[in-house]
Amino acid sequence: MKPNKSALALRGLTKRFDRLAVDALDLTVRTGEFYALLGPNGAGKTTTLRMVAGLLRPDAGSVSVLGIDALADPVAAKQITAWVSDEPMIYDKLTPLEYLAFVAGLWGIDPEISEPSAHDLLVSLGLEPHLHERCEGFSKGMRQKVALAGALVHDPRLIILDEPLTGLDAVSARHVKGLLGDRVRSGCTVIMTTHILEVAERMADRIGVIASGRLIAEGTLSELRQQNGRNDTSLEDMFIALVDTEAAAA
Amino acid sequence: MSSSADLTWFARHEIRLAWREGLAMLTAGRKGRKRTAIIGLIVFAAIMHLPAYAVIGRFADLQEPLDKSTLIVITATILLAWALMLSQAIESVTRVFYARADLDLIMSSPVALANVFSVRIAAIALQVIAMALLLSTPFVDVLVIGGGWRWLAAFGVVVAIGLSAAAVAIAITVVLFRLIGPSRTRLVAQILAAVIGAGFVIALQIAAILSYGTLSRFAVLTSDAAAAFAPALDSIVWWPARAALGDGEALLGLLAGGLVLLGAVMAIFSPRFADTVVSASANPATAQQGLRTKAFRAGSRQQALRWKEFVLLKRDPWLLSQSLMQLLYLVPPALLLWKSFADSDAALVLITPVIVMAAGQLAGGLAWLTISGEDAPDLVATAPLPASRVTRAKIEVVLIAIAVIFAPLLMALAWAAPLQAAVTASGIIIAAASATAIQHWFRVQARRSQFRRRQTSSRFATFAEAFSSIGWAATAVLALALPVAGLISGLMTAAIIAVTWKISPRRD
Repeated sequence: MKPNKSALALRGLTKRFDRLAVDALDLTVRTGEFYALLGPNGAGKTTTLRMVAGLLRPDAGSVSVLGIDALADPVAAKQITAWVSDEPMIYDKLTPLEYLAFVAGLWGIDPEISEPSAHDLLVSLGLEPHLHERCEGFSKGMRQKVALAGALVHDPRLIILDEPLTGLDAVSARHVKGLLGDRVRSGCTVIMTTHILEVAERMADRIGVIASGRLIAEGTLSELRQQNGRNDTSLEDMFIALVDTEAAAA
Repeated sequence: MSSSADLTWFARHEIRLAWREGLAMLTAGRKGRKRTAIIGLIVFAAIMHLPAYAVIGRFADLQEPLDKSTLIVITATILLAWALMLSQAIESVTRVFYARADLDLIMSSPVALANVFSVRIAAIALQVIAMALLLSTPFVDVLVIGGGWRWLAAFGVVVAIGLSAAAVAIAITVVLFRLIGPSRTRLVAQILAAVIGAGFVIALQIAAILSYGTLSRFAVLTSDAAAAFAPALDSIVWWPARAALGDGEALLGLLAGGLVLLGAVMAIFSPRFADTVVSASANPATAQQGLRTKAFRAGSRQQALRWKEFVLLKRDPWLLSQSLMQLLYLVPPALLLWKSFADSDAALVLITPVIVMAAGQLAGGLAWLTISGEDAPDLVATAPLPASRVTRAKIEVVLIAIAVIFAPLLMALAWAAPLQAAVTASGIIIAAASATAIQHWFRVQARRSQFRRRQTSSRFATFAEAFSSIGWAATAVLALALPVAGLISGLMTAAIIAVTWKISPRRD
């Protein structure tokens, strides 16, 4: 049984660039929940999550992270949040351990806690042979793992991941999924965008489908099936049907 | 497709790419700026005729026969131009090896790689020559206007030395690959490219100081000692100088020599170019071990940021080469300083502008690397500390680095001339702060590897930074020699900074 306190509450969140990217979005993610945010390219998923992470200022609306008003007190919200983008941004000239030391320092974590934690995280992601190598020669998958370890080293309460499995091989993807599953079981909240619908189907407690900056469907897999009126359909079929319907309506 | 068709097609492709890259450098990659860029370039070229006239105008009447001193000065100037071209060519060759943008495509295509790389080598030579022709045009124009059509032969000399510079650059880089491997070659080539041109001038300055106690390199070149060591007047060594003066035979010899050299390099290295490129791209960076220093340490968040910036600066090849260059530039004034202890030389005052200028320039580069060149912007932006504190920590890093680099020289200066040291220290602080402020106002998000193109993001910021460094250097030296003029120069430079701030997009 999952607790019902909200880890993330978005109300009327709006962002416009050349066109409306996020359209008065209301979204609630509960504490300790694994939430998958799906949507076609350009639907507004990344823009939404960047606003939650404090990387973009919304034009209107509110963002509450575990009860903290993230727009009024961004530093407090950032202290308990981690963000991992689809393009792993790390420092080529640092080693994975140095990178994690830097992240821990930025979040003000005691080295006595962060050092063993960093080591364990990197080992669990299969990076033990590369702990003291500079990241400049790393593959995209290895860089993604370092970035993910960086996001977890400060023990965030809310983890936001934008396409975290892109570029990972099957073994690494399983490692990452295992790590995220462990975090959720320990009470952490994970919000993830993905185009790999099997991952959402298997891992997510609830799934939100976003299109044209609006939430067009939300619920557990079975709730989505009920909403769709077909109990035997796959998430992929439902997703395509939902997006097609939305596109036709637009 | 036939082999010759391959070559023609690929040559066209290379020229198109080079043209677009050049245009992007001028327009900062923004559409609709093409006309402005071309007009700006023409205006700049026209303005450049003034300093060209000031520097070279008096030599337009030079006629054969020339004495040895004149031949030495002309030959040394051509040698300096060649060194600068070599520096640019090494950089171009390194880019061809390491920029993988189209190499996978080319190498997986069914064309003969030796031919393709011959074209690419020729393209490097063309690029170097085109840039050199562009830069030399105002100078040659001044000579042609003042001394007649014969000076047009100087363009031929530019082409000939461009050919040989490209050939030597390719040979050096490929040999470096064989000797020290791909990852070290990148670093060594970057450092070589940075210091080759400057090294030549600095070596002459050092010789001048040691022999004549002056910073002027002409003192060495026009000395009796140089004339005594120089070869006879009919030596082949003077061909470049004679060719520039319009000697057709010497010019033809020079052009033929350049072409033969480039042809030989193409023949020898083109078939191996593919192997070299493969080893560079397959091994973009060997696993470099980081020093096992204590990365996890207690401290504030700003301390963490400063630590990260210092580690990245320490491991940055650009910074390494630039610091080496700044240190090289500082060798002549340091020598002058050392000599002045014995001689009480009044020329000591000349080192102040050199130091202030170097501080401003280095601070500008460092500020770009720390403020704009952030490789993990999302990480820093999502960290729980206000943006102002992030910026402050980064600026502190720049100022600390400048202090560490220039403190030893200032201490030595304080021993010799305390007042001058105080003025120089003030100049360093103001020049470094101004350059950092300009970089802060014009900051853009970029990767550190884009450093080479930092000037393209804002031409205005680039010029403002240069004028600020020059202005504060002039102010410092005038403050020592003629305080009223120093005050005027300081006010003018402050006005430049104020206008820059007013125009800048981020005035916080």
